[in-house]
Amino acid sequence: MTASYTTLKMGAVAYAPKVITIWEGFKAHFIEQGLYFDYVLYSNYESLTEALMDGTVQLAWNSPLAFVRAELMARAAGQQVRSIAMRDTDMDVQSLLVVRADSPAQALADLRGQTLGFGAIDSPQATLIPLDHLRQHGLLAGQDFQPRRFDVLGGKHGDHIGGERLAAKAMVAGEIAASWMVAKNYLAFAAEGTLPAGTTRVLDTSQPFDHCNMTAGPSISAADAARFTEILLAMSWDDPLIRPLLELEGLKVWHPGRASGYEPLSRAVRDERFYDEAGRILAADYRY
Amino acid sequence: MPLVDLGRLGFDAGAHLLVKHGLAAVAVGESIRVSGQAPGWQAQLAAWCQAQGHALQTPTGWLRQPALLVRRGSAQAGRWRHAAVAGHSDASQPGAVAAQADPAWGLAARGAAVEAGAPAFAFRLQDKAEFWSDQAGDLYAQAVAAQWNADTDIDWDQAPEPPAVIEDAIVQVMTYMVENENAALIVPARFLGELHPHYRELQAALAIQVADEARHIDVFTRRIRRHGREPALSTAGGQASLHSLLAEKDFSVAGFLLSVLGEGSFVNLLQFLQTYAPDPLTRQICRLAARDEARHVALGMSHLLHRLKQEPDFRHRLAQAVEARHDALAGTSGLNEEVFDALILVGAGAMSADALALGSQGVQQLMQDMADGRYTKLVRLGFERGHAQELASLHTRNFM
Repeated sequence: MTASYTTLKMGAVAYAPKVITIWEGFKAHFIEQGLYFDYVLYSNYESLTEALMDGTVQLAWNSPLAFVRAELMARAAGQQVRSIAMRDTDMDVQSLLVVRADSPAQALADLRGQTLGFGAIDSPQATLIPLDHLRQHGLLAGQDFQPRRFDVLGGKHGDHIGGERLAAKAMVAGEIAASWMVAKNYLAFAAEGTLPAGTTRVLDTSQPFDHCNMTAGPSISAADAARFTEILLAMSWDDPLIRPLLELEGLKVWHPGRASGYEPLSRAVRDERFYDEAGRILAADYRY
Repeated sequence: MPLVDLGRLGFDAGAHLLVKHGLAAVAVGESIRVSGQAPGWQAQLAAWCQAQGHALQTPTGWLRQPALLVRRGSAQAGRWRHAAVAGHSDASQPGAVAAQADPAWGLAARGAAVEAGAPAFAFRLQDKAEFWSDQAGDLYAQAVAAQWNADTDIDWDQAPEPPAVIEDAIVQVMTYMVENENAALIVPARFLGELHPHYRELQAALAIQVADEARHIDVFTRRIRRHGREPALSTAGGQASLHSLLAEKDFSVAGFLLSVLGEGSFVNLLQFLQTYAPDPLTRQICRLAARDEARHVALGMSHLLHRLKQEPDFRHRLAQAVEARHDALAGTSGLNEEVFDALILVGAGAMSADALALGSQGVQQLMQDMADGRYTKLVRLGFERGHAQELASLHTRNFM
């Protein structure tokens, strides 16, 4: 495909101030390696995905949900998107259902009729994957348990972990029977003291799923996609100038992208009626 | 293969330390086995390994397996690959104190491994020759041992009120001394903030010197207030003299003017007061302060001897500094009349002709002692005798 752009652009979502530091650093490094790209920040993943699909940007640093939506939109339009790179920390991530250590619940079934805590409405790890997990085990929201959503910053697809933290606090305080969080946040919440050591218990674990990826959109040239991937994958943790960028972005190593880890989320999106088959937003109370 | 058993410990309560410890015992690329009983420990281990860059083996059904394999990753080793070792904590070890401290060593403890990529700190004083003294560590230790407490080491009740005219004189001298101690505090304090922390012995010596001066300012002020008085007079000439000290940016030159010549003279002044002050309280204060000032002189001298040994030509720079300061202050009145008269009165102890004659003699002797002290130090610093005599006489008439 012939490139229809003059400047290669990568879009990302500004979920925190550090995002600017990260992409300024990446941009400088890429220029040093001989590839110029500009980055564009969006306030939410829905606008970013639309920009990727209409060719405003050629690349998107995507949340898993944004990738699922881009795939749906591409399929409906007869186009293609590709996951070209992922962080080591994006592969085989799991969400945990956490209860207080003294909770009588020993299995999922014991939570029937209880109130369970979730993250933001668009959080893959703290809402969509957990709802799907419970559905696969015969528990439907509103029917078999009461969902309580801790909605923080819609449109950020759960990148802002505030929702998970609020849910965890409500669980610790006994306001809800259990709460969902991604495993790395379980460790982070324990380290920061939100989860007092030894007072909580992991009741259940989701199946592994993949998190963010660098998505190449329909408009990117094969050469640009290949060069961008090559420079990204060559970023080394051992390089003291690169290491701070990788630390900020939360990885040690970039891996080639894969699309195989999004199956549980795709199913959740369909079953929970978040997007339709063409990637149009269905969730009525979704604000971003 | 080593086995690490987490027991019922979860990663919310420190399980990672057991895994970390286990991995530290094997080489990068080698594996350990980890077992546990805490609910969901496998998923917690997976998240921790991922964040740390270690590889967890996840065969089918791994979430229910009693033990899992973790292969040690290279991220931790990678972080320290180009780390710099900044000298050695013990200054007496060969090569412990670098001739030039790297700005990127920053605030790290001397001897620590410093990760590459740390920000470069802008410490102006990072060339050892410009400030170092091999005695700094010992002088700091002496200073720590000799610290005194103004509340418990001084008997504030041993202060019979002298005749008003003598008390006024004491208050004037103390007022002058506070002013001088302000300079003696600020000069090392400014260099302290510019000194690369790699040179920690000097850093400590300067820091305690600053603390000494703060204590002197406190006790001199309390002495002024002992019988209900307020500080007396401060002259433009006196301040001009001190102003020229604060303007000096070179550590060695500033140390030469302040510590060696200024504080050296100050020791004589304090000894004079220790001899002539009418009340035990003032004598006690001056005895304790003189002890501190002698240490400050020793630090300044030891640095200059160190620098001149490597850079004998630096003597010219020191001589120039004395001459330049003398020229700059030529248009000022030098020691203020009030201080001079006050010293005579303290030396006299009474407002009578005989007493004043003795007081005047005492002050003349003080001037001579100060000049002799400066001369001796200049000779010790390698100045030729005639030159030393000349420079000693050029020192500011303000003493400091």
